[in-house]
Order: sequence, then structure tokens, then C-alpha cells
Amino acid sequence: MVMSCIWTAILTVSLLSAALLGNMSALSAGVLQGAQSGITLALAMGGSICLWTGVGHLMNKVGITEMLAKLFRPLLGRIFPSTRSDPVLENHLCSNVCANLLGLGNAATPMGIQAAQRLARGKNGVASDELCRLIVLNTASIQLIPANVAAVRSGLGCATPFDILPAVWITSLCSAGLGVTAAWLLGRLWKR
Amino acid sequence: MFGRFGGNGRVAAGKVVEALTDYIVPSILLVVSLIALRKQENSYDLLLSGAADGLKLLITLIPTLVLLLTAVTMLRVSGAMEIISSFLAPIFRFVGIPPETAMLVLIRPISGSAALAVGADLMAQYGVDSQIGRTVAVMLGSTETTFYTISVYFGAAGIKKTRYTLPAALFADFVGFFMASLTVRLFMQ
Repeated sequence: MVMSCIWTAILTVSLLSAALLGNMSALSAGVLQGAQSGITLALAMGGSICLWTGVGHLMNKVGITEMLAKLFRPLLGRIFPSTRSDPVLENHLCSNVCANLLGLGNAATPMGIQAAQRLARGKNGVASDELCRLIVLNTASIQLIPANVAAVRSGLGCATPFDILPAVWITSLCSAGLGVTAAWLLGRLWKR
Repeated sequence: MFGRFGGNGRVAAGKVVEALTDYIVPSILLVVSLIALRKQENSYDLLLSGAADGLKLLITLIPTLVLLLTAVTMLRVSGAMEIISSFLAPIFRFVGIPPETAMLVLIRPISGSAALAVGADLMAQYGVDSQIGRTVAVMLGSTETTFYTISVYFGAAGIKKTRYTLPAALFADFVGFFMASLTVRLFMQ
């Protein structure tokens, strides 16, 4: 229902601006161009999506998520102290973060939800500090290989679709780090 | 306003980083396959079944992309996007984010596929290797659909009082948009 409202709003705004600015013929042609570019984009990134979903599936089956989880356990123990006394929670949390890192959204979300449910237990519907941090960490995407974006770039004719990687890493690290720091600071100020 | 960084040292460092990033993707493919071999997993079959899942994902994605790119193109050619961008331009310039990316910044926390559509449209319009095109790519690659993620997690965990999660998450998004603009300005071009 939300999308229906957004769709109708976009149509209304476009029609009004085109009428005011005299762009109606461009708008009328744009309808078909836009629809076609949806298919063109999907086809252009199709190969990369198939390949990377395949690689992600293989990484998951071979246990690369668990290998990474071992590396990140000490750091996550600091951000989420209750993982130290709860090995099941630690497992869910590490898998969630590492699956996100590898870009395995389908594997990351169920793990993250299980961790969130465990953190929410006995809190009467109030988010604990650790749960807030978990969600901030999940909303600040941390991804080693942003395959979809690289696919879009390559589809649009970019010769070096992966040259954005260093910039993406620094940006993700800053937004996740500062996001969790902000959550930690707010946690000290905010009344329950 | 975005000056070129012409120093020789920076150009050389940029070339080295560029050469190193070229190794990343092929190496990942090889390393994963080698680990699979050592664990006696059938890597080719696993890749095949994963790629088949990717195709299913792509097919569910196509109708969404068609509708959203229609909407985004209509917003752009009607001139509405320019009105919105120029309205927000002073704020964006003030914080150091290119005003051309305004639409993406607004839609990114709300809908992932709409952000992909807006991003692809911007990259096509300004060029994938332009500063705008690259900033858009870094923004897409390093932020998430914040509102969706929050609603999924809190919904599943039965949380009613979300306390400071939304402001903290939106702050992280803002840092992402700002750093995307900054890193592209410093490392590329």
C-alpha cells in the first residue's frame, strides 16, 4: 500500500512539473524509455548477479562465514558484552555480521533476527542498548564486495567496475563505526 | 568547486591502489574454489545451484526495476527532480555532498530497489566514471535500506519502544553519504 501511494505521488509530481515547465512531450516519451531501461538494466547486471549469488552460495556451504566469524569474535565481544555469557547469541551475531560482510543478505537476515529475538527476551518490548547497536550495525551496510553496484556499473559500460572498492570500504567502516559510537553515546543519555 | 588533485605522489598512489583492487575479485574466486577443493566440496555444482538461485532473484527483480525506472525517468524528464535537487542544493553543498545525488540520498533509507533505480539513472546520466557516477556507486555500495531493516528486526523481536535506534541509524547513513562524497573526491578523478 505504501508503494501505491509513492507511485501515485511520483506520477502526480511528474505530471504537474511537466505541465508547468512545458516538458509534457518529453514526459510522454520518458514513460516508455524508463520501462525499457528497467529491462536493459536487469539484463546488463544479470550475469554478475547469477555469478555472485553462485559464489555466495559456495562461500556459505564451504564454511567461509564461520572462518570470518572466528576473526571477528573478539571485536564483537566488546560491542556486545552479553555474547560472552551466551554462546548461542555469539554464534548468531557473528554469523549475521560475517554473512553481511560477504554480501549474503539471504543468510544474514535470519541469523540477525534470531540474535535480535534473543536480545529482546524478557525486556517487555523495550529495545536494549545491545539490540539498538545490533540494528545500527545492520543498517550501516558493511560489505566487502558490493556485487550489485559493480554489476550496474559494468552494465553501463564501465571498464573498471571494482575500482570503487577502497572508497566503499573506508565509507562503510566510517558509517558503521560512527553509527555504533553514536548508539553507544545515546545509550548513556537516553532514559529507558 | 571540486579541485583536481594533481600532485604526482597522489597519482602514483592511486595507480597502485587501482592495480591492487584488480587482484581482489579474481583472487576471491580462486581462493573460495581452493578452499572448497580442500574440503572436498563439489564447488562447480554449488556454484551452479547458486547461479540458478541468482536467476530466480533476477526474475523477481525485473518487474520492480521496470516500474521504478519508469517512475524515476518520469521524475527526471518532467523536470521535477531538478526542482527538488535545486531546492535542496544549498543544504547539500553546505555539508559537502554533491546536490545531484539528492534524490538518491532521500530514497536510499526507504527503498532498496528504488535506490538502485535512481542510482542507475544517475550513473547513466552523468557517466559511470564521472565524479557524480562514482559517488552514487559508493553511496549505493556502503549504505542500507535503514527503515526496512529496522522494521524487519524490531517486528520479529516484538519491540515497541525503539528508543534511539532510528536517530543513530540515520546518523550512520549520513556519515555514509558524506564519506562517499569525500572518498571519491580524494581518491578518484
